[in-house]
Amino acid sequence: MAIHPPEKRVWWNEPIEKDEIIWIVIAFLWGLVMFGAMVYWHIEGRQNLSTQAYRIDPAVFEKRTEAFTKQFKVREEGTTGIPVARPPAGGDVYMLSRLWEWWPVLELEKGRSYRLHLSSLDWQHGFSLQPVNINIQVHPGIEHVITLTPTETGTFSVVCNEFCGIGHHTMVGRIHVVEPGSAAGGKPQ
Amino acid sequence: MAMATAETGVIGGIAARFRICPASGLKIDLAAQRLIKANAVAAIVFLAIGGLFGLMVALTRWQAVHLLPADMFYLVLTAHGLDVLLLWILFFEMAVLYFASAVLLNCRLAAPRIAWLGFVLMLGGGLLTNVTVLQGQSSVMFTSYPPLQAHPNFYLGLILFAVGALLGCLVFLGTLVIAKEEKTYEGSIPLVTFGALTACIIAIFTIASGAIILIPTWLWSIGYISEINTVMYKLVWWAMGHSSQQVNVSAHVAIWYAIIAILLGAKPLSEKVSRTAFFLYILFLQLASAHHLLVEPGVSAEWRVFNTSYFMYMAVLGSMIHGMTVPGAIEAAQRRNGYTRGAFEWLRKAPWGNPAFSGMFLSLVMFGFLGGISGVVLGTEQINIMLHNTLYVPGHFHATVVAGTTLAFMAVTYLLLPLIFQRQVIWPRLAKWQPYLFGIGVAGISLFMMGAGTLGVARRHWDVAFSDATLSFAYPAAAFLMLALNGLSAVMAAIGGALFVVIVVASVLWGKPVDASNIVESLGPMPQRQVGDAVSSYGNAGTWKLPGTYILVSVFFTAFVLYYFVNWKYLSQLWPMG
Repeated sequence: MAIHPPEKRVWWNEPIEKDEIIWIVIAFLWGLVMFGAMVYWHIEGRQNLSTQAYRIDPAVFEKRTEAFTKQFKVREEGTTGIPVARPPAGGDVYMLSRLWEWWPVLELEKGRSYRLHLSSLDWQHGFSLQPVNINIQVHPGIEHVITLTPTETGTFSVVCNEFCGIGHHTMVGRIHVVEPGSAAGGKPQ
Repeated sequence: MAMATAETGVIGGIAARFRICPASGLKIDLAAQRLIKANAVAAIVFLAIGGLFGLMVALTRWQAVHLLPADMFYLVLTAHGLDVLLLWILFFEMAVLYFASAVLLNCRLAAPRIAWLGFVLMLGGGLLTNVTVLQGQSSVMFTSYPPLQAHPNFYLGLILFAVGALLGCLVFLGTLVIAKEEKTYEGSIPLVTFGALTACIIAIFTIASGAIILIPTWLWSIGYISEINTVMYKLVWWAMGHSSQQVNVSAHVAIWYAIIAILLGAKPLSEKVSRTAFFLYILFLQLASAHHLLVEPGVSAEWRVFNTSYFMYMAVLGSMIHGMTVPGAIEAAQRRNGYTRGAFEWLRKAPWGNPAFSGMFLSLVMFGFLGGISGVVLGTEQINIMLHNTLYVPGHFHATVVAGTTLAFMAVTYLLLPLIFQRQVIWPRLAKWQPYLFGIGVAGISLFMMGAGTLGVARRHWDVAFSDATLSFAYPAAAFLMLALNGLSAVMAAIGGALFVVIVVASVLWGKPVDASNIVESLGPMPQRQVGDAVSSYGNAGTWKLPGTYILVSVFFTAFVLYYFVNWKYLSQLWPMG
């Protein structure tokens, strides 16, 4: 029994039943399939996390995001007047996280790729794009550059899903996706 | 009647007092017995406290109840993780280590005083961290990711606790050495002890990782270190945090083998296969830290793929092997006991009224189907993008740590009561239902949190309606339904958990004493043994086939493959990114 020492001293010479070996082989091969699936997706798949990341001083990232927002601001939104930036399609876009907001709001065109720069000015935050359900961890001092291509129009929310203190559950940002060529500066939906 | 059967043995110049176990004939070191009792009692106290906190968390997430205010929610959630994930589990594991070494090896415990020092450090550290959290200065969640900073005593308590646990591991290893030296057993250590040794080795790795990260973090919190690198913190912290879950896996798999050995006379199908599966845990489970870095900036894709798969799923292979050999050992034993009709008579006629068996089997099934499959899917590098930090994560680990580990620990407690506490279970009819109540409740908690997580709901989040946010947003209505069902499941699990605590406490205090005359009946209902233990030398010997087990693993494998590829399908519909 499992609570007693093996009855045969030389237990490692005991035969293994065929059916047990079959299961072990199946489980091993399944492991290789699952391993291969991740590698395959890096080659053929279109949803992989970018590994482009840079060390950055939070103050520098804040300045860059402010300059970006000033340059491409088309309107304000929400009760506190958060600026909405509509950058040219295919370009660099910035979104910073801090206690407790995602800033600014972005307006992107459907079907175009953007280089999204994410970083935090204070604690760790979780970029959780809803209801698309893309979730990326955001660290202070690291600028993460992700190439993102929206495939549907509408209003999407950025929820914070890394606990960041007492205001964590109020931290919501927004990304609008519009048809290419639609007029900028329209009213918020 | 411990004292009546106690004998004094002087071994190696050190006096140890023993009693003879009426069930097994093994000598039980009274010092080990006292330590097992103390650790088990401390564990159950923290289970009661932490479980209550868990219920409060679930009732707050249930939007119609929304029990706690935000600050209390985050405080209670931090304490919940601390008390159940760390304190309940590790105190119980210390009891398991002492049981699997001193008791199973028929040996005296090495250095009981060191073991007591370990116990006191664990208790002191655990209380210090608890008090610090409850004072409200350290609502940083169990993971305490910097730059979020807790009170220094939060880290100090954890460090003291870890040192105590390390002492317990060393006492376990020392006992193995003594048992070998004094030849208290023949040949190799039992499989259960081998599993406990696996747990102990991983625990030492875990505690070392904890020291490497918590000591600098503590120094940072009192101002001696200016900065903790946030990614490095996660890497090393999770070498403790996730590997310690592999300690749990090793411990509860060992307990599965122990329970079926005691109740059914089950032997491992093959010592070689089962031990190799444990050995795979030692070799590869430590890579799991990567599971928490799959969507972090600054980590290469190759590193993530290699580590998140535990080196091509070699540790998953270990679990899949146990997933077959444990039910296989039950089937082989039951067929030997005479239940040979059809594919499943062995399972139908299993002692379902014995809470030790029903708890063990529910633990096995739910750990595999809910915890195992969801864990592999969650740990797939790209699929993690859809699930990171959503409620899917706690959904997964409640299936592994609560349905798997906690339920297995509860199950074995029903055997420790007669064997170690020498008390009968006081209300056997109530105890019979306890694993089902708790198990089904926990299954609900896991499934509904996973469901909400699939819909995007964030974990560690007070308000899914975002009523105070400047930009409005709410999760889909289905998510609210999931959270309500999660709340109901938590109520059910809490009733099952409370029942467990009450039954154990009452049995220890007022249960009928157990001695040679009633020890066998005190273990609860078990099948009639048709064949003596010594007939076959390993579980698969002879011509027994195990059709029921093959059907069970086929169902498991089919569910695994389907669910795995469904998630890739979902992923392919996400916005392209790279």
